[in-house]
Amino acid sequence: MLPYIARRMLMMIPTLIVISFIIFVIIQLPPGDYLESYISELESQGESIDPAQIAALRSQYGLDEPFLVQYFTWATGMLHGDFGYSFEYGLPVSEVVGDRLFLTVVISVFTIIFTWMIAFPIGMYTATHQYSWGDYGLTLVGFLGLATPNFLLALVMLYFANVTFGISIGGLMDPEYLDADWSWDKFVSILQHLWIPVIVIGTSGTAAMIRRLRANLLDELHKPYVVTGRAKGVPPFKLLVKYPLRVSLNFFVADIGSMLPSIISGAEIVAVVLSLPTTGPILIAALQSQDMYLAGSFLMFLALLTVIGVLVSDIALALLDPRIRLEGGRAA
Amino acid sequence: MSNENVIEHYVSDKPFDPQSIEQLTPAQEKLYYASQWQLMWWGFKRHKLALFCGVLLVAMYLSILVAEVLAPYALKTRHTDYIYSPPQPVHLFHDGEFVGPFVYGWEQTLNMDKLIREYSENTSEVYPLSFFCRSDPYEFWSLWETDIHLFCAPEGATIFLLGTDRLGRDMLSRTIYGARISLTIGLIGIFISFVLGITLGGLAGYYGGWVDSSVQRVTEVIRSFPELPLWMALSAILPVTWSPLWVFFGITLILALLDWTGLARAVRSKLMALREEDYCMAAELMGAKPGRVIRRHLLPGILSHLIASATLSIPAMILGETALSFLGLGLRPPITSWGVLLNEAQNINVVAIYPWLILPVVPVIVVILAFNFFGDGLRDAADPYKH
Repeated sequence: MLPYIARRMLMMIPTLIVISFIIFVIIQLPPGDYLESYISELESQGESIDPAQIAALRSQYGLDEPFLVQYFTWATGMLHGDFGYSFEYGLPVSEVVGDRLFLTVVISVFTIIFTWMIAFPIGMYTATHQYSWGDYGLTLVGFLGLATPNFLLALVMLYFANVTFGISIGGLMDPEYLDADWSWDKFVSILQHLWIPVIVIGTSGTAAMIRRLRANLLDELHKPYVVTGRAKGVPPFKLLVKYPLRVSLNFFVADIGSMLPSIISGAEIVAVVLSLPTTGPILIAALQSQDMYLAGSFLMFLALLTVIGVLVSDIALALLDPRIRLEGGRAA
Repeated sequence: MSNENVIEHYVSDKPFDPQSIEQLTPAQEKLYYASQWQLMWWGFKRHKLALFCGVLLVAMYLSILVAEVLAPYALKTRHTDYIYSPPQPVHLFHDGEFVGPFVYGWEQTLNMDKLIREYSENTSEVYPLSFFCRSDPYEFWSLWETDIHLFCAPEGATIFLLGTDRLGRDMLSRTIYGARISLTIGLIGIFISFVLGITLGGLAGYYGGWVDSSVQRVTEVIRSFPELPLWMALSAILPVTWSPLWVFFGITLILALLDWTGLARAVRSKLMALREEDYCMAAELMGAKPGRVIRRHLLPGILSHLIASATLSIPAMILGETALSFLGLGLRPPITSWGVLLNEAQNINVVAIYPWLILPVVPVIVVILAFNFFGDGLRDAADPYKH
């Protein structure tokens, strides 16, 4: 087991290096840089700028260095926990990011748990009651969840919560806790606000997962050993739980890896609509104003989150399924 | 010794018919002689829902050819007297008498308490709708000028079936025009990602070795990015100075660049199985070049699967465009797509006061559902020899 984990973690390193390089290329691609748009903004307001000051700023942030040098400064800085400097906020990136990233992780984790809690029983039900009315109804609901854009669902829920309950559900905690230190009350307040983004983000993932679980479970249920078991008189529930469910559990765990990118994507767009204090709104602003280190670090964090999520799901899968440990990789 | 009991060597002169022993029924004959695509079509026809969705999609794609005729107003027509008008009801009966489809007069009053415009029907004025009538002029297919519309309101009346937006533009017309961009972006995008996926997946599956592992690494890296943030970052690159048409192609390319990995994986794993087949070896021994082996002998075997999985990934692209435009990072006015229309409804207050502004989401949901059911049907029919 240990060699497998070690090998799996070593494989992460080149992936992360390539990802960081791609991200740096992307944030560097727009013509001009933050200072140029800053200058033109000042000029449009009729203020004059001292060229010497600009030059000083340029050399301070290394904007004149060749591309590769800039990349290495950024990449090696990240290893020391120095993520660069946000021009827009005038603060080191790590200070801007802080809580926001943590909240993104919290929302993602809760969304995964929610997805499981909903998808698991429904998937089991639809597979064992194939072609029943319940199956058709739940499948239709699942398809609707798949087809509805996240942001619309967020808008509609926001609207109904406003109209029917008269509460504002924007944000992730009550206003009085915004700048407060972490306390039990703040935690409870976050939990109270958390359910709406979790439901909104989780819907599409849940629908997809129900379909996959149903298909996998159906495949298992049609295998000869199930027929044998039934012929020998094993009670139906025991027959379902003992083997077919255990086999399809593997897909369940493997799914975390493929779900995470879409959960994080969903979290971004929903965060904009619900004005959550997560990475979404700030990432968009940073991209639009060419605040390159802030945008780059955000993208890097999100990618890192995904890579780690996939790693966790691979390790869990290896724990569950000895075949994977022996083959040294996920079976195709 | 007499030879009377020896049977003579007997040969029948009658022409030999190999099928005389076991005669195929006409139904069997039809089934056994049917081509692969014929079998697929028969299999697909059994899926009533998928068939219906297929017809629906074809109808929607055909509608973008005649969007100008279907829409009651031209794209840019503004009704400055009817800003933020709610959807206008169409009636059939007036005073208990059948009149045919008609609208009442549509009157605006300013509510000075709430500071909003309020609209009401004036039931004394009856305006029957006319069909194939003359209204806003437009250039049909940029070839000739005309002003025929499928239906329009008579002089002095208005017809806003889905209401109007903040500039007094008819939402129904804009939604019909928006289908052009939203639907084609999925098709063009899937075409690009199809080409990329088949080429790279095909190379990886056929050659194996280092080609395979490098393509595998690339897909792995792309898949470990959360899609939307990467789309956002890439579309932030598009220069503001680009013309709307170029932005459209840029966004399509961005959507496609991240989408091909799924197809490439499918192609790769299928090719890996197929290239061990004898007919592939035979082709190679006869000196066929790799490109020919892949194109002539391997791809036809998996093409139906590929088309099915491509159909299933079109919805993701349409949703992607909608999400990006909704956030203001994708297409921008004057391009009209469903995402651009929904961008107007970004604010919760707008949704609360003018709820009809989120109606363009209905075609989005319908199209995505239709593609999903259609693709499911295709996938089930894709392998006619399975049973």
